[in-house]
Amino acid sequence: MNMREKERTVLQRYTITELDNGHLYIHLNGRIDIESASNILNTLETKILSTSPKIVTINLDNVSYFDEYGALVLSELRKIVADQKGTLNISDKKNRSKIKASVANFDTPEKTTGIRKSPVNFFVRVGDASLSRMDNMKYFTSFLGSVILSFIDVLKHPKSIRLNDTITCMEKTGVNAIPIVALISFLLGLVMAFMSSLQLKQFGANIYVASLVSIAMVSELGPIMTAIVVAGRSGSAFAAEIGTMKISEEVDALFIMGFNPTTFLAVPRIIASMIVVPILTLFSDLFAIAGGLVIGILTLDLTFNSYIAQTLKTLSLFEVMWGLSKSVVFALIIAWIGCLRGFQTRGGADAVGNSATSAVVTSIFLIILFDSFFAVARSYLW
Amino acid sequence: MPNDAIIQINNLSAKYSDDVILDNITFDVYQNEIFVVLGGSGCGKSTLLRHTIGLEVPFAGNVTIDGADLINCSETEFKNTLKKIGVLFQGSALFGSMTVSENVALPIQEYSNLKNDLIDKIVNLKLGLVGLEGYGNHLPSEISGGMKKRAGLARALALNPKILFLDEPSAGLDPITSKEIDELILDINKNLGTTIVIVTHELESIFTVAQRVIMLDKTKKGIIAEGKPADLKKYSTNQTVKDFFNRKSNKK
Repeated sequence: MNMREKERTVLQRYTITELDNGHLYIHLNGRIDIESASNILNTLETKILSTSPKIVTINLDNVSYFDEYGALVLSELRKIVADQKGTLNISDKKNRSKIKASVANFDTPEKTTGIRKSPVNFFVRVGDASLSRMDNMKYFTSFLGSVILSFIDVLKHPKSIRLNDTITCMEKTGVNAIPIVALISFLLGLVMAFMSSLQLKQFGANIYVASLVSIAMVSELGPIMTAIVVAGRSGSAFAAEIGTMKISEEVDALFIMGFNPTTFLAVPRIIASMIVVPILTLFSDLFAIAGGLVIGILTLDLTFNSYIAQTLKTLSLFEVMWGLSKSVVFALIIAWIGCLRGFQTRGGADAVGNSATSAVVTSIFLIILFDSFFAVARSYLW
Repeated sequence: MPNDAIIQINNLSAKYSDDVILDNITFDVYQNEIFVVLGGSGCGKSTLLRHTIGLEVPFAGNVTIDGADLINCSETEFKNTLKKIGVLFQGSALFGSMTVSENVALPIQEYSNLKNDLIDKIVNLKLGLVGLEGYGNHLPSEISGGMKKRAGLARALALNPKILFLDEPSAGLDPITSKEIDELILDINKNLGTTIVIVTHELESIFTVAQRVIMLDKTKKGIIAEGKPADLKKYSTNQTVKDFFNRKSNKK
């Protein structure tokens, strides 16, 4: 309903009289405001362009309300008329000086500061990007340094550790993540067992499905999957929490009150992650093996006992510890990067979002990178 | 002139969970006036403002702005009423991802079909009005607190609203800037006939701009005084009101 009604009321805002000597007489009336401005401007512009009059007189006697939007319309019309080599007169019986002043405001070519930033040159952008990468690297190292110093500090004064925060963080990062980690791992074990069984069946090597699932999960996929889930759940949360504190000056407040923000905010999160991520990894291993077991029993005619026996035969304590120690490193990466991105946040609400995103992306990248280092180290050392 | 009431608050009560903040408040704001809501910290000034502009639903009572009952009206009517009001929030509430100009341009783009270069002109004019020429390209995080406030004011003024709500417009500003803002408020009121509702406790501004005030009180959870600030200062018999206007501590 609205559109048509609006148009009608706007149409009533002006009447145009065309005199034969190239004189256009326009009566405006009613409210000339933001709602009517663009309509009036568009219609009158078309009219003027089609008739190209020598003189245009705009009569404002019946205008009840007039603000900058109206002034803008008049100023634009004056420009259009001038382009057609005509002149525009404004007649106002009430002779409101305010109207003249506000139209003049737009007539003078202003020192424009355009709304949109002008695009910068390619080289400037490349340069900026490189510099910001370098700064980033610097910050990476200096933050790692401050984390290490904080840890030394905490070791010297164990009381300075914020125990309550650490425990809350352990609950949020660890306990609350168990369902999703368990579900993903269970399904992963299931799929892995199923896919490998298709191949191994052909050689009658069904029993090795148990070996495959357990060794792959315990030494590789368990730690990685858990780390990725934790990075997505908690790494982003760390970045967002600390980032919000940063932009609302809470971090500055901590600093002024004599706390070391790293000790106060980062250390509890790092400690909590390093404790709970290995435990989550154990859960992940366990549930993946359970997933494999389901497939083994249902489709491969293995018994519960033989599957478990084969699993135990394959896994050594070293294998399990290897996976767990990897997960400790991954936990350190996740918490370190999450807090780092949080502390790097500057600006407004969107900066917090960017921090959370880049916390997840960076930590997943580093997790994969370090996992490759581990693989290489292992093949050379043992 | 009660017929000119542009905002009517009737028997408004407000609660946050079980805490009663405002209890049965009734007052009118008339067209074209500068109306100030004042009171000490925690007396519910901001709560009253949030209820008046429809951000919160009152526990009881109703709010009418320019003939539209905010609580019972239709969605369209509510939206139309929003177009008539401009609000400057306490923390300016500029969008951090947009430049100052984009912040001001946002409502104009939404509510008009003007071309971008024309909108730019209006935006520059509004920024000039609040003394922020040349800062259009800055992000809110790159300008000072006082400038943010003025940018917020420019955004609130973008649509030339009928009613302007200002939440602590001069809090945290230096005396010169806050004086400038006071003058700006008077100018807007005079030139555009805008009704202005201000929530503040800055005595200076109250005496400069306010035509009529109401004073809220924490213990009474309601209005304890209403009238011209000068009259209240001179004639009020209420001890809290007297203390407020004479800057006296109530600790004996």
